[in-house]
Amino acid sequence: MTDERTLDLLEAKIEELRQLNAIDGMDLSKEIARLEEKLAVLRQDLYSNLTDWERVRIARHPKRPYALDYIASVFSDFYELRGDRIVGDDRALVAGLARLDGRPVALLGQQKGRTTEENKERFFGMTRPQGYRKAKRLMDLAERFGFPLVSLIDTSGAYPGVESEELNIGGAIAENLETMAGLRVPTVAVIIGEGGSGGALAIGLADRVLMLEDAIYSVITPEGAAAILWKDKERAREAATALQMTAPHLLNLGLIDGVIPEPLGGAHKNPAVTSAALKEALVRHVNELSAIRLDQLLAARYQRYRNVGRYTTRAADASRGAP
Amino acid sequence: MSLFKERQYLRVHVDREPDDSLWMKCKSCGELVFKRRVRENSNVCPSCGEYFFQTSQERMESILDPGTYEPFGERLVTDDPLSFVDSRAYRERVAETQAKTGLDDAILIGRGAIEGIPVVLGVMDFRFIGGSMGSVVGEQISRAIEAAVADRRGFILISSSGGARIQEGMFSLLQMAKTVTVRRRLAEAGLPFVSVMTYPTSGGVEASIASLGDIIIAEKGAMIGFAGRRVIEQTIAEELPAHFQTESFALEHGQIDRVVRREDLRTELALALGFFVGAR
Repeated sequence: MTDERTLDLLEAKIEELRQLNAIDGMDLSKEIARLEEKLAVLRQDLYSNLTDWERVRIARHPKRPYALDYIASVFSDFYELRGDRIVGDDRALVAGLARLDGRPVALLGQQKGRTTEENKERFFGMTRPQGYRKAKRLMDLAERFGFPLVSLIDTSGAYPGVESEELNIGGAIAENLETMAGLRVPTVAVIIGEGGSGGALAIGLADRVLMLEDAIYSVITPEGAAAILWKDKERAREAATALQMTAPHLLNLGLIDGVIPEPLGGAHKNPAVTSAALKEALVRHVNELSAIRLDQLLAARYQRYRNVGRYTTRAADASRGAP
Repeated sequence: MSLFKERQYLRVHVDREPDDSLWMKCKSCGELVFKRRVRENSNVCPSCGEYFFQTSQERMESILDPGTYEPFGERLVTDDPLSFVDSRAYRERVAETQAKTGLDDAILIGRGAIEGIPVVLGVMDFRFIGGSMGSVVGEQISRAIEAAVADRRGFILISSSGGARIQEGMFSLLQMAKTVTVRRRLAEAGLPFVSVMTYPTSGGVEASIASLGDIIIAEKGAMIGFAGRRVIEQTIAEELPAHFQTESFALEHGQIDRVVRREDLRTELALALGFFVGAR
């Protein structure tokens, strides 16, 4: 069984040989080529048949590029706007104006931290009411000036805490949903890592919903579902599979519009390649949406969300459901 | 100071077995009370005021004018879009709950009148998989709103829900988007939406349609909040205030307009709706 550590060891070995090759003038190029070939095969083998649980792990990988990484690599002139104008500024949701291929857009990004310090500041990427209300400000601003709205989603969920409840986090999410449902500009949302339930959807009710290949999007975390439905947190793997939370599953179910390819092993293996793919997709979708007349755009958005769900109609039967 | 001890939420006994006896013992005061009196009193103990669980059918009956309830023609059942199996198959769970409750899913909708004012009323039912919102609940709320727009009536939703229906995965989460999208039609048509929050109104229902009422009324004894108590306690590792996520907490923090006793809900709704009759 190949695992990530084997690949890392092999990679280190190749690097070592390369250095020897350079220093001593001895010809190790054949050996290096052989190992590189082996590495490629193993990598293909390991990453091309990812289980749903492995995708969950990649989506949460601590080295995975975060919103600010993509904001720096995909957009230009990011101009951050802060604060909800009422309570404070949520660092777990960054917002601002930026240029996408030269065009001004309003930008929302859910931001995790890498260090303990950063995570303290950014509440482990869990958005609070202050963040949702800042997002609402940006939505309104986008509409007022005709900027397309781009959301980069990456959160395990809205922040559960006393202050969140005191500040009506549910109401803040509901208000964002209502705003996005009627927003009179094109909207694109991309799940770049974790799409954690209502905390993600709150900035994700968009005309186009895309996912990076190894991102996940779910009504509940696999751990949460395992605890509630299996009464056993350890069964998160099963829950991850049952919930069909990966990009290929959700594309297959018709719930998202596109999957943006990631390099083998995940975005962190080659952030530049991932950024290029993300940029290409964003530019294409924003351009497509901008060419659609506003009334048609809004009608299509309405139909999309009005019709989501799977049910069967039964014949009327007056005896059931009557008090 | 037990005299002033605030009772938290009303108690919910969802697994009531059908029982043909004429009398019941109140779990709170111990008084033996005549069941028909309890039912006529919106399932509130006539002796001590304790609230007993009220099914969606009982709520419909206690709120609408007698004989005015018209359920919508079509019955909807979930497709189980993920073929979901946890400790048991979702399909089985649904079939069993349907048999037990006489409901197709966690909501009843229909037309009716409250003190002569025509309305469309949706009542969620906690007995049906925790009142959770999946494809059927989302579709029924949408149809209820569309009917209200077509008939030019106000819409009332009485929520009793733990949140999204986990077993339908992303289809459930997107019912939040769906109901909110359709809710806008009422506003565009100038028709009122009164949201009534009962025990419990939480998760995906609280964070979507239920929080978007023109008027939000909480029933006394309601639980109102986004994240569950246990989740929050685990996150912050501390005890929560006793009245956390009660109707008084929600009122104090500006999240709801009014708190109403269940016995007064019908009168309250008529009063509120009265302002909007012929408003536009």
